[in-house]
Formats: sequence, structure tokens, C-alpha cells
Amino acid sequence: MKNNVKKINLPLSEEEIKSLRAGDVVELSGEVYTARDAAHKRFCDALARGEKLPIEVKNAAIYYCGPTPAVNSEVIGSCGPTTSARMDDYTPAMLKAGLKIMIGKGKRSETVNAAVKEYGAVYLVAIGGAGALIKNKVVSNVPVAYEDLGCEAVHKLTFKDLQLLVACDSNGINVLK
Amino acid sequence: MKEINAKEITERLGALIKNALIDVEPATQKLISDAAKKESSYMCKWALEQISENNSVASATRSYACQDCGQAVIFAEVGQDLHIKGNLTQAINDGVALGYADARKSVADPLTRLNTKTNTPAVIHYDVTDGDKLTVTYLAKGAGSENMSKLFMLTPSKGENGIIDCVVQTVTDAGANPCPPIIIGVGIGGTMEKCAILSKKALTRETGKASGNPLCAELEKKIYERVNATGIGAQGFGGDITALAVAVESAPTHIGMLPVAVNIQCHSVRHFSTVFIAK
Repeated sequence: MKNNVKKINLPLSEEEIKSLRAGDVVELSGEVYTARDAAHKRFCDALARGEKLPIEVKNAAIYYCGPTPAVNSEVIGSCGPTTSARMDDYTPAMLKAGLKIMIGKGKRSETVNAAVKEYGAVYLVAIGGAGALIKNKVVSNVPVAYEDLGCEAVHKLTFKDLQLLVACDSNGINVLK
Repeated sequence: MKEINAKEITERLGALIKNALIDVEPATQKLISDAAKKESSYMCKWALEQISENNSVASATRSYACQDCGQAVIFAEVGQDLHIKGNLTQAINDGVALGYADARKSVADPLTRLNTKTNTPAVIHYDVTDGDKLTVTYLAKGAGSENMSKLFMLTPSKGENGIIDCVVQTVTDAGANPCPPIIIGVGIGGTMEKCAILSKKALTRETGKASGNPLCAELEKKIYERVNATGIGAQGFGGDITALAVAVESAPTHIGMLPVAVNIQCHSVRHFSTVFIAK
């Protein structure tokens, strides 16, 4: 099993994204932005008004996550994925704006799966409820935007060797039930 | 009259909640590692192994097992022969706030969505019992699984098969979302709200422990078989083990009703019961 794990380093090229197949286990390193319900609402409101986002969305990766607070010298608290489906309504606009990688948990709508294919993106899943394990894979954590949202604020995280599964690939093939 | 000090309740609950959010219930951890050995799908096996590793890492590093530390649900059984020195509801909520001091605060006003910043109020269910003890049972309830729960007002003619179909439908609709492998609490009977509370209470039982009521225990086995035949598997990756356990609770209902509530719990089972003795 371990032998089959494919290492990926963000950002990914178009070819690298295309090479990922639904069902692959990958070990991801690189930078992602955290964003969940409230941040997505603000992103999409800003896009609708034609404004620039507070993150560089082109070719970006977004992790659907609201961590527990960091205590003492910790980089971050526990930080597993949240349910991606709640971001479905916002996702086509985000993909259109250039988002390439989404990381969360659980199935997406047909609309999102189709948009993943249309924009040559990929949807990865982390293990829901593995907050402590994922916390240990975060090497840096920098607040970027919407700090008033508390645990829903947007942070830039750098992961080192985080294991994920390709749930929906750039061909629109989805493995989730 | 014998007394329990509100301060004692607050302090003990605070300490127990903090640890409960770190250490997933041992019975659940055992079921997860057993499932990882049995699972035939490589993706689900990987998921189950990651979950086992997560729970070990959480305990070893004193980290929260899941970032969704949930809303606190409390069942309090209050002996009618005791007196609480102070306000019991306040004491419980203060205990919850203390337990969540370093955890994620996930409680907000439903309309304004403003966070209460203390993870309170807890959802508290009171029962009055004989004697002079106070038993407090705590359950952390995350949104992912709670959102996938359902209530059905069946007619009596639907019977046992109707009940089983409700559970299977709920689990199938939920798919990957409630973080399978799941534990399923089923409340049968009573009224609309009573069966919902029963389904929640079922989830406070030690995971995998059968009901003391033979009819409920039999139904638990049947539901377990049917749900694990759906092929959803751990994290919805498609596999053999979707549910780790099923817990059914029942109560008498109206001759014209058959209410069924299905409350889903994720694999991150965080609960305990503690007894306070009045002095």
C-alpha cells in the first residue's frame, strides 16, 4: 500500500493534475489556504462585485477547515477537514476564478464534479476526524484574511507529507458513495 | 437534605470534557482497529488505519481528536432527595465552558450566526430520579454527522421493516458526509421529540454494547447487517464497514403512531458519564 503513495508538491502543473486518478492515495506537500462556509461567502460576494480576492486564487489549493486554536507554541491546533458539500454552491465560481485543488471530506454535487472536469481541477479528501494526525503535518500557519471570522478565518498552511485520496479527478471520475 | 456544590460539578465536568475531547472512547477505538484488519477495500483500510493512528496521536500529544469539538449534549439525572447548592444549569454550562476553554467554540446564534465564544449553552436534558445522586452524561456532537440525522413519522403498519428501511435510507443519503465508519442511534416510539431524544441517548451507550431489551437488541443486529451491506464503507470510499455499531432505544407511543429518529454519530466518539454523590 505504502509503495503506491504518489508524492505531490504544490503548486501542480496542468499535466500533474491530469495525471491524478480517482482512488489514488497521494502525499501532499506545499501551500494551501484554509476557507470554509463564511470565507467562501465573502470570496464569492467579492467575485460577484468584480473585486480582487485577498488570496491569489489562480492555481491555488483550498482546504476546507476550521482548526481548533493553537495553544502555547503550537503551529496550529487540530485541523481535520470539514464537509465539502456545504461549499458546493460557491465552488463553480471559485473554479472559474482559477482554483485548481480542493481538499475536504465527503461527496460533492453533480454540478461540482462537472465543474472539476470543465476547469481541469481536482478534489482531494482528507480523513474526516483525523484532526490530530493532520495537525502534525502542518509546518507553518500564517493568517491571511478575514481574521474576524475566528476559526473560519483564512490562513495559509504549509503541509509536509499529508496523505490524501483523490476523490474526483480532472476527468470528472468520482469514487465517493 | 444532602447537598452537592455547584462548583464541584463545574470543575469536574470541565476536566472530564477536556480529556474526552482528546481521548476517543476505548471501545470505539477497538472496533476501528478490528475493522481495519477485516476491511477488503484498500481505500477504506487506509482510511481506518489513518483514523486509528489519529486517535493514538491525539492521546499521545494531548491534541483534540477532531477539530470539530462539537456542541455539548448533556443528560442529567437528578435524584429528588438532593439539593444543589447553586444553580445546576449554570453549573453545567460553566463546566462546558471550562472544558472547551482551549477547544474550538462551535456554538452560534442560528439566525445572526454570531458565535457565543464559550461553546455554550449546552443542550441539556433533565430527568428526575429516586435517591440523592446526580448523574451527568456528556456527548460531544459534531455538525458533520448531526446534519445527516433524520426523523420519520411512520404509520404503525410500516412495522419493523419500515423502521429498518428508514435507517438504511438515512445512512445511504448521508454517504461519505458523516465521517463513516459511523455509530447509529435509533429512537423508536414516544412522540416526535421523544424519539429524537431517545436516538441521542442511544449514542451515549458504550459503543457496541447491545440493548438490554431483547427486541431492541435483535433490531440492532438486523440494522447493522443491512447498513453494512450498503457498501458505503469508511469515509464513503466504498467498502465493507459503514457502521461500527447500532444502538436502539424505544418508548411506548400512541396507537396511531410509529415515530423513528435516526441520529448519526461519527467515528470520533467522545462521551462519558459521571456520578456526583450528595453529602
